[in-house]
Amino acid sequence: MINLSRRKLIVTGLAATAGASGLAVAARLAQKYGLVPPDHGGIYGLGESLTYGSQRLLTRHSLAREFPRSRISPRPFPNALDPLTEEFKRLQAGGFAGWRLSIDGMVHQPASMSIADLKSYPSRSHITELACEEGWSYIAEWIGVPLSYVLQHVGVRPQARYVVYVSMEPNTWDSIDMADALHPQTLLCYGINGSELPVPHGGPLRMRLPRQCGYKNIKFITRLTVTDSLKGFGKGVGSAASEAGYAWYAGI
Amino acid sequence: MATLGSAQLPAEASVGSRVSPAQVTKLAPRHSGLVRVTHWITALSFFALLLTGIEILISHPRFYWGETGTVLTKPLFQLPIPASRRSVPTGYGYVLPDQNGWSRALHFEAAWIAVLTGLLYVIFGLVTRHFRKDLVPSKADLSWRALLTSFAKPLRLERPSAAEASSYNGLQRLTYLIVIFVLFPLVIWSGLAMSLAFASAFPWSVTLLGGRQSARTIHFFVSLALVLFLFVHVAMVCLAGFWSRTGAMITGRVGPRKEHT
Repeated sequence: MINLSRRKLIVTGLAATAGASGLAVAARLAQKYGLVPPDHGGIYGLGESLTYGSQRLLTRHSLAREFPRSRISPRPFPNALDPLTEEFKRLQAGGFAGWRLSIDGMVHQPASMSIADLKSYPSRSHITELACEEGWSYIAEWIGVPLSYVLQHVGVRPQARYVVYVSMEPNTWDSIDMADALHPQTLLCYGINGSELPVPHGGPLRMRLPRQCGYKNIKFITRLTVTDSLKGFGKGVGSAASEAGYAWYAGI
Repeated sequence: MATLGSAQLPAEASVGSRVSPAQVTKLAPRHSGLVRVTHWITALSFFALLLTGIEILISHPRFYWGETGTVLTKPLFQLPIPASRRSVPTGYGYVLPDQNGWSRALHFEAAWIAVLTGLLYVIFGLVTRHFRKDLVPSKADLSWRALLTSFAKPLRLERPSAAEASSYNGLQRLTYLIVIFVLFPLVIWSGLAMSLAFASAFPWSVTLLGGRQSARTIHFFVSLALVLFLFVHVAMVCLAGFWSRTGAMITGRVGPRKEHT
């Protein structure tokens, strides 16, 4: 009896040690390969990390489903907007000629671009679904310049890990990892269904990420910051949305 | 009395001296340890999934069929409840508070726990032949007569016999198999199909279900079926003896049940 329980004790102890060190190794590897989201703390951190980590492994290069032109939704639904700021209205009155997108952080040549500059770059369009976390969705043709092109243009430093994007709307900013920033379908979007992007849809410039929910597709983009850490931005959890309790990674 | 469960011993056990505790503990438990642990983890996760699922649902209580659907398109149906978003026309004069942030986080976390627990259970069930021994019905179990009897008895509020405490009847076996191998896989599939990133890697997961909005509608109806199962399951546990059956799922053993007089 004594032998048996001692053996049991040793086996249990070894299993627990192996399990704990296995977890520690897994956590370190996940950190090294960029599989841990910035909002990994707290009681929901386990779920957020499992979702982000597994989807990064499975979907790093996969393309969002694209649809034939015939399936474009007749009436794309622009979600409710907060009241526009005075500064926005002033720029709107000038046909957004004065709109600037500034790019700074870990880039070789910080830059400031107008909408006309962005339109002079090679454009790409895709017919993809915009899906809101609430449950509704529609299909539209989204036109813009790939974010990867703009990043290449300014030259991203090799240690870059995230791109932070800021809206003209107060307290509205978000960030994505380099997998999404360099993804071919990620657009700085200025057109929809063959015409200019209307203000309710985020015109003159919206981030368009077809592999993440609507709330990551922020409207009225004015600034991009390339960084190796999100610690210095807000509370360090990666976006205004995650500070308000919404997951930083919205691929689900 | 070949399939002796401890439940058949109440009379003897109550005498005490005739059956020593050692003899009782030698009998195989009604539910194995792994079944008990996975049962309660699944129960807890299911409760979290249900609560947060309802919470997410009220932000858009409209359902569609096909790929797309917004407040600007005609729904397949709309639940007659208030919504947590101003943009949804509900007919109610008020908007419920937005709880989607933590609801989504807990929904996906509980889903991870439920799926991993389910995987462990299914592997265990195959390796130990739990499914074959305890859940796959025999030919005799599947006769219409046997199924009808199993269906009618609880409707007449007839409590199961002591012999039924150690094994499932055909109707129970069929129900559990459908829940484990049809409803759970369907609810997981339709849930994953709603993930934009998952769908980008596995587009067939959405197209086979008829589109994103179809997947959402299927997710809703399969969840309803699981809730229906939960109600019947708990009702049957109450009918059979709530404390004895719940105790069996906690300790593994069917205790002597108190008979109503």
